[in-house]
Amino acid sequence: MRPFVYESLSSSQQAASRCGPGSAFIAGGTTIIDLMKLEVMTPSRLVDVNALPMSGIEMREDGLRIGALEKMSAVAIHPEVIAHYPVISEALLKSASGQIRNMASIGGNLLQRTRCGYFRDVNTPCNKREPGSGCSAIDGENRMHAILGTSPSCIATHTSDLAVALVALDTSIRIQNGTEERLMKLDDFYLAPGYTPDRENQLRPGDLITEIRVPKLPWAKRSAYLKIRDRDSYEFALTSAAVALDIDGDKIRDVRIAVGGVGTKPWNLPKVSQALIGKSLKQEALVEAAKLAVEGAHPSKHNGFKVDLVQRTIVRALMNLGGLA
Amino acid sequence: MQRRSDREMEPPANAEPDHEGGSSRRQFIRRLASISAGLTVAAPLARGVVVTEESLPKSPPPDPADLNGLTQINLKINGSTERLAVDARVTLLDAIRDRLELTGTKKGCDRGACGACTVHVDGKRVLSCLTLAVMVQGKEITTIEGLAKGEELHPVQAAFIECDGFQCGYCTPGQIMSAVACINESRTGSDGEIREYMSGNLCRCGAYPNIVDAIKVAAAKMKGGVN
Repeated sequence: MRPFVYESLSSSQQAASRCGPGSAFIAGGTTIIDLMKLEVMTPSRLVDVNALPMSGIEMREDGLRIGALEKMSAVAIHPEVIAHYPVISEALLKSASGQIRNMASIGGNLLQRTRCGYFRDVNTPCNKREPGSGCSAIDGENRMHAILGTSPSCIATHTSDLAVALVALDTSIRIQNGTEERLMKLDDFYLAPGYTPDRENQLRPGDLITEIRVPKLPWAKRSAYLKIRDRDSYEFALTSAAVALDIDGDKIRDVRIAVGGVGTKPWNLPKVSQALIGKSLKQEALVEAAKLAVEGAHPSKHNGFKVDLVQRTIVRALMNLGGLA
Repeated sequence: MQRRSDREMEPPANAEPDHEGGSSRRQFIRRLASISAGLTVAAPLARGVVVTEESLPKSPPPDPADLNGLTQINLKINGSTERLAVDARVTLLDAIRDRLELTGTKKGCDRGACGACTVHVDGKRVLSCLTLAVMVQGKEITTIEGLAKGEELHPVQAAFIECDGFQCGYCTPGQIMSAVACINESRTGSDGEIREYMSGNLCRCGAYPNIVDAIKVAAAKMKGGVN
């Protein structure tokens, strides 16, 4: 690990002034310490934000508010989260391990870096790590990589399960920079790689995610997260689906769908949802609508199976939720 | 450079590990380390001095005025407070093992993938390899050495022995720390639930079935108010 200066912050307004070039925030540390050991990230200053007042999980009139420093484990077992948004709890409990969930913050979870092996190996070219050096994955080992939102520069998968659930629920995040604050839809926050895969989101220097806001959605109490993976636990997704379903008899009144393990960002599927509204909850209708999920898919040599698997994941998740499976 | 005979590098044939007066594996490793250091500074070894743990120089307490960029920290470990001067890069794992010489906590992958380094911080299980020592000042840290009450083993330790929950034993301290937390989190409702909530601890020997048994045995005892 390269040397760095460590500093702990006591007010979030300080954050902007302390976060100059070469500095990075640290909360749980489960991503950044790992990547600093690998020398994928080499900040010269590490700014600890754990003492900042960014905690609390509460259900309000307008929805759920989660302080960015809340731990994954605390959010996953919070009674209001389980009651109103089971998809959030399930996505978290299917992430990482008990130890990591006790360490990792919710804000940090949204900023976790890809698990692309070439990104993590400083001896191989990677446009995300070193812009302009090339992408080793496109012609390399790419079974775990993305099929949606890819570019000739990068096919790395976004790995947060939580972000998939939150995007499906139309979540916003609050961002603070000094005395300025702004609210942004999480779906808009993430950027597809294009020709600048090193730029993964809309954060500007000094920006700090302080809060997550999930809008009120009473029917999201019927929601779930289905994660398909190589081993049953402690593994990243091959494909996953976050779904919420509002049904009247067998008629779909409303539905939310986002998928993970397949996109360069958490992949929201409003078109699939639109295609299902008003339809009967039948397997054939689900299969038909799920085809829209892979429009524009660009599989690589080893991950072509994801095109079919992600459709099946969506169908199975909705069938489970609708009591058909 | 003087080459030492193999015989000198080995522990005595009758050595019983971890017995008083014998040669523990740790002392052996230290000897090897000092011997390899001796390849460049050979003088003491050339005179046949066997370096034991006791004769190794203890690092002197740092002068606060001369920390050379180090940070003075207090770590509360297993009920006692330890004062250390550390570089910001030092992980909790390295502080525990190399500085405080509590070597029960193991370094496996050192990347947050195996769980061998699991300890408790304020009662919660965490990975000490992904925790910076400077970030856990003032928190209550418990390692495997802090579980037993004197000679009385923690019920999870006893159950691991009873159920033969290990083979080589390297992952065991992490498994036990994680198992204590798993029981405290009430995630022992079924074999499946135990497996799911213990999935952050890998065992390359594949002792998983016996680990699950040990956790069930310990959970039953702990619910019965034994500990």
